[in-house]
Amino acid sequence: MSELIKVGMADYKVGSNPSSLISYGLGSCVGIALYDTAAKIGGLAHIMLPDSTQARSAENPAKFANTALPLMLDEMIKLGAAKKRILAKIAGGAQMFTFANATDVMRVGERNTEAVRILLKKMDIKIIADDTGGNYGRTVVLHLDTGIYLIKTIAKGEKEL
Amino acid sequence: MSDEILKLSMLQLDALREIGNVGAGNSATALSQIINRKIDMTVPKIAILPLGEVPDVVGGPDAMVAGVYLRVFGPAPSSILFLLPRDSAFYLVDMLMGREQGHTTSLNSMDESALMEIGNILAGAYLNALSHFTSLTLLPSIPALAMDMAGAILSVILIQLGQMGDHALVIETEFTTESDGVKGHFFLIPDPGSLNTILAAIGVKE
Repeated sequence: MSELIKVGMADYKVGSNPSSLISYGLGSCVGIALYDTAAKIGGLAHIMLPDSTQARSAENPAKFANTALPLMLDEMIKLGAAKKRILAKIAGGAQMFTFANATDVMRVGERNTEAVRILLKKMDIKIIADDTGGNYGRTVVLHLDTGIYLIKTIAKGEKEL
Repeated sequence: MSDEILKLSMLQLDALREIGNVGAGNSATALSQIINRKIDMTVPKIAILPLGEVPDVVGGPDAMVAGVYLRVFGPAPSSILFLLPRDSAFYLVDMLMGREQGHTTSLNSMDESALMEIGNILAGAYLNALSHFTSLTLLPSIPALAMDMAGAILSVILIQLGQMGDHALVIETEFTTESDGVKGHFFLIPDPGSLNTILAAIGVKE
């Protein structure tokens, strides 16, 4: 029986075949999927912000890319994943509203995506597929039997990464 | 707990609810005059919610909604978001454009302008009341519109709040037309720090 595990905003979950991990309604947040093809173990993080050191409150480590990813990676390794086999797929980082004079506040999606790329590089995890930017929301599903990262949108249809 | 909003007293919450009440009353009157229908509004709910639960207020993170977003400038920067379930947005557009009900199934650019203008008028009416109450000069930006998943639209605001804490103070009012059930949710979400400015201006800061 395959289980559908929900990942809320500012949260992460790990699991193994045949479960799937799903996160609804990503906007400027980034959904980071990590997957070990051989062990069929994966994790999905729905991060809101790039960096806990720049925030005034950092009580929830799952909110930030830099604190969520190491924790999620540890849990995957505990389940039996091997770090050197783990690959990443990322989605999200949209700019939902367009203003003529977009300030930094509005460009948070772009900054999130950029920070996630830098962080994964630092952690020596390769990004093999991405679907980021744009001005629309995404619901993402990581299928742990295949490693397929399904991106669902309202206006742009579905896409498999 | 670092969230300043978790430390608000009953008195402060009541004061905020009263502001929401007057602001939303103004907005409802404006909306009622535009669409020439009687509008019922709920007593504003003041909720302090974990960030991840805010989308549940409007039907969950994957509910399809139209959102009109405005920034508020001045001494108490805030965000205003007017969210309508998709069907209500279509219904409202039909009403505004003088079309038969059920005609609209997607928005053209005129429809989008009409919805943004509604957001503009509601926000203006709301801020007018808030400015009057607080003697703070609060000005709305031009509106922006998105039609998408509620979670994605709300993320814009929640991310800003996420830098300061794990909870959102949501001042929320629901509008309903009497006969046909057009629903809308009006959110005022003060930026971190703005809340103190507002509380000080109405004399309930500690």
